[in-house]
Amino acid sequence: MEALDIISYFLLLSLLLVAAKVVTTSNVIHAAISLVFTLAITAGTFLLLSAEFVALVIVLVYIGAVIVLFLFGIMITRAPLGQNAELDNDKNKGLALAVSLSIFGIFSYVMLNTFDSQINTTSGTSTELLGEILLSRFVFPFEVVSFVLLAALIGGITIARQDNALIDENQI
Amino acid sequence: MSVQPFLIAAAGLFSIGIYGILVRRNVVMVLLSIELILNAVNINFVVFDAMLGDALLQGQIFTIFIITIAAAEVGIGLAIVLMLFRNRKTANIDEFDLMKW
Repeated sequence: MEALDIISYFLLLSLLLVAAKVVTTSNVIHAAISLVFTLAITAGTFLLLSAEFVALVIVLVYIGAVIVLFLFGIMITRAPLGQNAELDNDKNKGLALAVSLSIFGIFSYVMLNTFDSQINTTSGTSTELLGEILLSRFVFPFEVVSFVLLAALIGGITIARQDNALIDENQI
Repeated sequence: MSVQPFLIAAAGLFSIGIYGILVRRNVVMVLLSIELILNAVNINFVVFDAMLGDALLQGQIFTIFIITIAAAEVGIGLAIVLMLFRNRKTANIDEFDLMKW
């Protein structure tokens, strides 16, 4: 158990450091790359908590797809690459620091006073069991969320496309 | 392992995301901070799932649903950012003040 404790402290500390880099760096590409590392460390944390399938989903969906979308968005909105001092709203900084620190204080006070259990890591969860539960007990939410994803996909295409065809129809 | 370091780290990740939302000017950077917040929630769900040892694994299943919704949110969000950039020639939040008075 001692070795697992050391590994978890190391993972969580590096998680916070890399996440802080995401919001403080003045280079947009560095922020996206730091988010990749944040998600990779999160996947490592999930492996430590014996949630293998969720860790794999994080790697596949987030690191594989969502980060590519973000880089695409950064490039297409022509955010100035390289160092950019204009990225932060400096007059908000004090307020943002106060708000986030107070949220952190309240959350950690509540968490430390409420939960004091040990994690039982001996019982790993099998992906087979997770799949069976997902397609038996949770099959209706599963289908609903797939429909939501389809609707979001169609909505994204509809919002982002150049509607030249629509303009032509209006002219006729 | 105790649950407390995980919960503290998730709270820290959440507040880092809040800081990023409040301080960033670029819309894409704000979306990155939202991802940090969703990630903090995911960590909490998986930690509580491991702590409770639920037979239905509801924490992990909720995490998978959150990841799906986050993917949908990024798609829609970037489409809206693209549209805003096309119309206003900027991606800075403080310049979108049409609905402010």
